[in-house]
Amino acid sequence: MAKATKNNTLKLKFDSARNLAPAPESKSAAKIDPQYDLFINGKFEKPLSKKYFATINPATEEKLSMIAEANTADVNKAVVAARTAYEKTWKKMPPAERAKYIYRIARMIQERAREFAIIETLDGGKPIRESRDFDVPTAANHFFYYAGWADKLEYAFPNRRTEPLGVAGQIIPWNFPLLMAAWKIAPALACGNTVVLKPAENTSLTALKLAEIIQEADLPPGVVNIITGAGATGAAIVNHADVNKIAFTGSTEVGKIIQRAIAGTNKKATLELGGKAANIIFDDAPIDKAVEGVINGIFFNQGHVCCAGSRLYVQESVFKEVVRKLKDRLETMILGEPMDKNTDIGAINSKAQLDIINKYIKIGQQEGAEMYQPSCAIPKKGFYCRPTIFTNVAQSNRIAQEEIFGPVLAIQSFRTDDEVIEKANNSPYGLSAGVWTDKGSKIFNLTTKLRAGVIWANTFNKFDPTSPFGGYKESGFGREGGLHGLSAYINLTT
Amino acid sequence: MIATKMIPDFSAPVHVDQVGIEERASRFTKRSIKNETKLNGLMLALNMIDLTTLEGKDTNGKVKQLCYKAQHLHDAYPGLPTVAAICVYPSMVKTAKAALGNSGIKVASVATAFPSGQAPRDVKIRDTKYAVQNGADEVDMVISRGKFLEGEYNFVFDEIAAIKEACGDARLKVILETGELVTYDKVRKASDIAMYAGADFIKTSTGKISPAATMPVTLVMLEAIRDFYYKTGKKIAMKPAGGISKSKLALHYLVMLNETLGEGWMNNEWFRFGASSLANDILMQLMKQKTGVYQSANYFSID
Repeated sequence: MAKATKNNTLKLKFDSARNLAPAPESKSAAKIDPQYDLFINGKFEKPLSKKYFATINPATEEKLSMIAEANTADVNKAVVAARTAYEKTWKKMPPAERAKYIYRIARMIQERAREFAIIETLDGGKPIRESRDFDVPTAANHFFYYAGWADKLEYAFPNRRTEPLGVAGQIIPWNFPLLMAAWKIAPALACGNTVVLKPAENTSLTALKLAEIIQEADLPPGVVNIITGAGATGAAIVNHADVNKIAFTGSTEVGKIIQRAIAGTNKKATLELGGKAANIIFDDAPIDKAVEGVINGIFFNQGHVCCAGSRLYVQESVFKEVVRKLKDRLETMILGEPMDKNTDIGAINSKAQLDIINKYIKIGQQEGAEMYQPSCAIPKKGFYCRPTIFTNVAQSNRIAQEEIFGPVLAIQSFRTDDEVIEKANNSPYGLSAGVWTDKGSKIFNLTTKLRAGVIWANTFNKFDPTSPFGGYKESGFGREGGLHGLSAYINLTT
Repeated sequence: MIATKMIPDFSAPVHVDQVGIEERASRFTKRSIKNETKLNGLMLALNMIDLTTLEGKDTNGKVKQLCYKAQHLHDAYPGLPTVAAICVYPSMVKTAKAALGNSGIKVASVATAFPSGQAPRDVKIRDTKYAVQNGADEVDMVISRGKFLEGEYNFVFDEIAAIKEACGDARLKVILETGELVTYDKVRKASDIAMYAGADFIKTSTGKISPAATMPVTLVMLEAIRDFYYKTGKKIAMKPAGGISKSKLALHYLVMLNETLGEGWMNNEWFRFGASSLANDILMQLMKQKTGVYQSANYFSID
């Protein structure tokens, strides 16, 4: 009979689970042009700046394409096109007609889903499984959902009259390029606005593919304009006098700059900024599921998620069990080539972001936190970071306070409900939070006291077009998704 | 029984989340198993099969044929492994034992008034002893689901412990019949009771009740095995049975096993498939891997 071994030395072995034969998705199923121009007034036009910049595959560091860089004159051209389309066509079009176009875009995204998924993964480094199963279908769903609202705004706002805002300037980040474009464009169009959208400079390709679809869908010229470039291009959109609304998703730092820039103007704004979400596990939680939720909460999309559950609080009586199971689970994660269908953790989006993450990992170690990384190998080329967890963390540590935007988790223990509520709220951010317990009353107690825009109970990182998303405090203001997402793109006139 | 282990309070609630278990189980099916990983997986699955016939109309002749097949799965494909065991009723154990000789293939016998378990304990013990005396290497018992659902956990525990004692050196598989337990919480509780009472294997189903084995139910049991291992240092084996008839599904189970319990369980001492038609589907896939084309089912023997 087996002798009882010291159980804290027992370890399961997962090497063979990680070493599967390659199962790559085919690159040839997607077409990437060597060069992309600006999509203005329904046509792809050469930039007046005459400048192009390279976009690379962060998994291999190979160049994928050259992207046009829009300057102030290009931005002006796009805004003029959007204004003309707004006044002459889109504002006057019967809402049911607008809806037809939006439905058409949604269907075309579905038809070309595979191509979108491949390009999203090549350009951004996220695992093909995630682009295929999450990014692209959710983007299509967003268009479907808001298409439905276009002719029902009077039911969304009973006994009120609604009118569109005009031209919306939209600036989106690099973590969910196509999905964020969908979040921005779909409600704007449904409410009757026209759009000038700028994707992040690292990840412009799927937005430009979306421009191709918009062109094929015969959307009236100028209703959606997609222009590419970096921070200066974004600033030109924000500062353009004829833009009525700024919708921005990105860092809190840039969000503050935008707020300063539009102060004193008539421009409306919604900002969706950073986060440092608390994920809270109570001792009566289904532990295995909670562990799975923690993994999904922080390692989904390499942790490049503004609502990532980057602070984990575990009740002390289950602390050891949770940490042990987390470590086991980390050993089974497959890190590597994002195009492989078995990859769980792909490439970090850029060299710059990898440097930031590595800086924080070093800070964590210097702060005296205990680091654990699984033993998986890292590809020689490309930007990769092992999933990382820190225990022995204090609330005052920088890794527990600042947004890292990478696969790095800071774990602390707690004793009472009040203590964990206080600690969870002790952050300048307030985008999201997670609560894990079998007790319904505890869930409601916490959800009313946690200062966060989105709170998940016994799950994490779930998104649906019908559900509003947005932050408290320095995580921004305004909501995207659901009925609430419409308010960001209309004026109520009575 | 392990002297050093603490028996937990089985009346305490367990926490298994249905949505979470089903979500996690479906994640394993997203793994894309190709080329040599697939070949190795199929060979391993073949080697983990408990080739089963449990019918009232079973004859000595049928059991002999099955035993031949167990050793010669498909002679057109040289180098195939054998299955792990033959699983029969107690009355067929002697025949199976003789037919398998020293092939190394185990003889498993169901016992304890299989499949319902509706018999007094002394009958169940005699049933078990009969199987073991006839040469069974493994005994597949059923738990008293009625008592379990009534909350008579001590009765179930004691019964398993008594059967374990009657087994002697034979390894005991405890069938929970998860299709009658319905909830994952109950499956988890029954798994814990079985392991603490002395089970060598825990097994999902008799194959006579639908639903039989599913991936989420198997995952609940694998997690129970992992937690028991961490608490006691003792490994328990797992046998999903019934409803696994396709190679692809078998590979998904192996992915789940490998990512939940790890390499230490990836052999037929610690994992079995209770199945009758799975073997032929795997053989078909192996021939396809080898020749590049699918062959008709007529080329594979049905025993």
